[in-house]
Amino acid sequence: MSSGIGVPVKRKEDKRFTTGKGKYTDDIRKDNQAYAAFVRSPHAHAKVKGIDASAALAMDGVIEVLDGHQLTGDGIGNIICGWAVNSKDGSPMNMGAWSALATEKVRYVGDAVAVVIAETQGLARIAAEAVEVDYEALPVIAHVMNAMTDGAVQIHENAPGNQIFDWELGDEAATDAGLAGAAHVTSIDITNNRLSPNPMEPRSAVATYDDAEEHYTLYTTSQNPHVARLVLSAFYNVAAENKLRVIAPDVGGGFGAKIYIYPEEITCLWASMKTNRSVKWTSDRAEAFITDAHGRDHVTTAKMGFDENNKIVGFKVDTVANLGAYMSLFSSSVPTYLYAPLLSGQYDIQNIHCNVRTYYTNTVPVDAYRGAGRPEATYVVERMMETAARELGMDPAELRRINFVQSFPHQTPILMAYDAGDFPKILGMAQSAADVAGFAARKAEAASRGKLRGMGYSTFIEACGLAPSKAAGSLGAGVGLWESAEVRVNPVGSIEILTGSHSHGQGHETTFAQIVADRFDIPIESVNIVHGDTDKVQFGMGTYGSRSAPVGMSAVVKAMDKVEAKVKKIAAHTLEASEDDIVIEGGEVKVAGTDKAMAWHEVGLAAYIAHNLPDGMEPGLKETAFFDPVNFSFPSGAFICEVEVDPDTGETEIIKFTAADDFGTIINPLIVDGQVHGGVTQGIGQAMLEQVIYDDDGQLLTGSYMDYTMPRAADVPSYDVSHMEDQPSPNNPLGVKGCGEAGAIGSPPAVINAITDAIGNNDLAMPATPQAVWRAIQAAKPVAAE
Amino acid sequence: MTTINMTVNGKAVSGDVPDQTLLSEFLRENLRLTGTHVGCDTSQCGACVVHINGKPVKSCSTLAASLDGADVKTIEGVSNGELHPMQQAFNDNHGLQCGFCTPGMIMTSIDMVERYKAAGKDLTSDAIRAELEGNICRCTGYHNIVKSIEDAAAKM
Repeated sequence: MSSGIGVPVKRKEDKRFTTGKGKYTDDIRKDNQAYAAFVRSPHAHAKVKGIDASAALAMDGVIEVLDGHQLTGDGIGNIICGWAVNSKDGSPMNMGAWSALATEKVRYVGDAVAVVIAETQGLARIAAEAVEVDYEALPVIAHVMNAMTDGAVQIHENAPGNQIFDWELGDEAATDAGLAGAAHVTSIDITNNRLSPNPMEPRSAVATYDDAEEHYTLYTTSQNPHVARLVLSAFYNVAAENKLRVIAPDVGGGFGAKIYIYPEEITCLWASMKTNRSVKWTSDRAEAFITDAHGRDHVTTAKMGFDENNKIVGFKVDTVANLGAYMSLFSSSVPTYLYAPLLSGQYDIQNIHCNVRTYYTNTVPVDAYRGAGRPEATYVVERMMETAARELGMDPAELRRINFVQSFPHQTPILMAYDAGDFPKILGMAQSAADVAGFAARKAEAASRGKLRGMGYSTFIEACGLAPSKAAGSLGAGVGLWESAEVRVNPVGSIEILTGSHSHGQGHETTFAQIVADRFDIPIESVNIVHGDTDKVQFGMGTYGSRSAPVGMSAVVKAMDKVEAKVKKIAAHTLEASEDDIVIEGGEVKVAGTDKAMAWHEVGLAAYIAHNLPDGMEPGLKETAFFDPVNFSFPSGAFICEVEVDPDTGETEIIKFTAADDFGTIINPLIVDGQVHGGVTQGIGQAMLEQVIYDDDGQLLTGSYMDYTMPRAADVPSYDVSHMEDQPSPNNPLGVKGCGEAGAIGSPPAVINAITDAIGNNDLAMPATPQAVWRAIQAAKPVAAE
Repeated sequence: MTTINMTVNGKAVSGDVPDQTLLSEFLRENLRLTGTHVGCDTSQCGACVVHINGKPVKSCSTLAASLDGADVKTIEGVSNGELHPMQQAFNDNHGLQCGFCTPGMIMTSIDMVERYKAAGKDLTSDAIRAELEGNICRCTGYHNIVKSIEDAAAKM
């Protein structure tokens, strides 16, 4: 099969992107289109005492200026967090009210208080500047460790001490006992730096209201248009679901930032009804930095105890997480259920306890960014393992190896049941590819040139394929996390696959077609993928959490099972054979061991013409399925980073980055490798370049690409990527595990472990900029005698 | 308002535009050539790169009114029925994911290869990475973009 499972098929969707024919939201222009510009707070925390729009309304071409009182007055509901996390005392999380347009108070720089609708985008922006807002500035909490201090200003009335919840997982007493009896305890304090996801396509929305039908259409940059419709309908009261169509056309990257339903989409929909115009809003990059949900931002202390054989006997983690000014859609799940259950890593640890406290600050809301909780967990675990190995005087690979989980399934003490893997094998693959044996010689050679070489490991596990609906529900999720699919075989034998997964760079139009071409042994050109439109696809939960292959494709497989069964019945009836003898291969449906056959398209035609179907069979050849996973999938991997540091400048070059992964079955290695390359680069960005910085007044200092350092081509190396496929997931029909987040999850600790190895100082925070590295080198120098 | 006349992708075009109109706006809004993308406001990301009189320029930082008489080529004008070797190489080497930065990457890369060839210089992978300083991609990690450009350079 030239285009089936495992083949590096070139992407079907590329032609439109390489020729400028992609259709992104900002490329859409409706008749009668007007433009929205938001009036945003310049204060991080302030009372809104009044809004005077008269000057703006007097401008030619300004259609309307709308504010939060009008919005809430029309019954538009507050923005919610859809995952309920209780504190350990059983009390519910303290969710503060978040209106799409603020009414009484603004809580971060960029919080919108009004929207201007005008004939052109330029005019809307000029008019937004002319809207006078009377603010009374309030004290500001810009950094999470200041949120909990006595006397700190209250950001939300219903969150005393600015705390959202105080949550725990695991057995604290058993963990304390394990640590108390340990032969050695390693302690670390680490910060997981705050990041901005930065998909290259800024968010955009085009909303249209049809007053005759009382129906809305929203084009939007979404990773999950059906979830958007559900939330816009059920919680924000924009319109009933049957009166709202959401279309996510080509979307230029997401990385989590396009999961959520933001104030701008809500406001554009509502404003299209208020003005009876199509309303378009497209973010610029500066606006993206102050409105797209940020990621990470944890402060953690952790202790790990080892017995005299260097086996882990206890792991205790205490984390403070900054959720920003409001609770974004999945914000509560990221530092809890997507974080703490991964703290067992690849290791057999019987005693683990994690306490997580989350707080409001006067900053942009924080939510999932590529990896979402799992990079934070991996950073704690893998920095801990490397640090402990140094303290114990052990080879860091060996310390990991003797603590690896060896048999599967493996139940951790913190919820997760690892299904399949082979951690020693993956580590061995990475070590050979990285030529660990030759490192000492390379280090010596670098030293002869005055350079410092270092090597760092990260052996990590993820929980992907989000998620078993029942389990997610029991942990507080407001939605089920299944996926749906429809397989439509047309009368001419071509196939359309309708999926609730959404591609915004992942290449679904190719990989989903591959599994169909593989199953029915037909050319990939006869398979088309339909996604991203709530009017076309029945329902879906979208793409995030590396779920499209393990969950989305599994739904397609289930629907194909039903199609295959019907195809065999029709062929058996027509060819007067037993269903059990029918095989599908080479474009034919035939009776095994005979020359009796129907062409694939003849079966499709027979199903629709329906002149000669088995008694009682419905015409047509179209099947639907929902797949709800029974467990998460557990991709794992071993990353090894080798760096060279210039001790005079702190400048660090990644000499080699080796990634060995276990993603289970691989559908398209070209695309899987690309996911790893991109994920690792984002992880290197976090480790060495990227950081969202607020000043003490809550002003964002890193609000453009001149201040926030995105990885450029010269900042990163080419990668050595390999895969192990002999431990497929037993929990879905294809044995896939998901590959979208691994690179971003596993790479930051590998980089920092390498740099700290090179410079001989373990105290180095991300991002390890040349200045930070240089300072760490200076700090590690012995103090000269007076 | 300023009246401008220019050639875009081989065709004469004209328009009356406000003086502050950027070339990217003129292309996207007036000519509806939406393959040219805008990914930042500070001319860092390079998604908007087009060729003006044969040179790569960030169209988000160029006033349309300054280009009277210019010859502009956008991503839509690169292929002549057959894909340009650079476009084909991006497909062959999986040099794109979400596709948003791709038009700018391809316009920058075509110029890069042509310039190095004209100067008789060797386009090494290090040189490619240095030349891509003005183009940001968030998806691919650049690995396959570098491969795509090396591949196309061998065929151009």
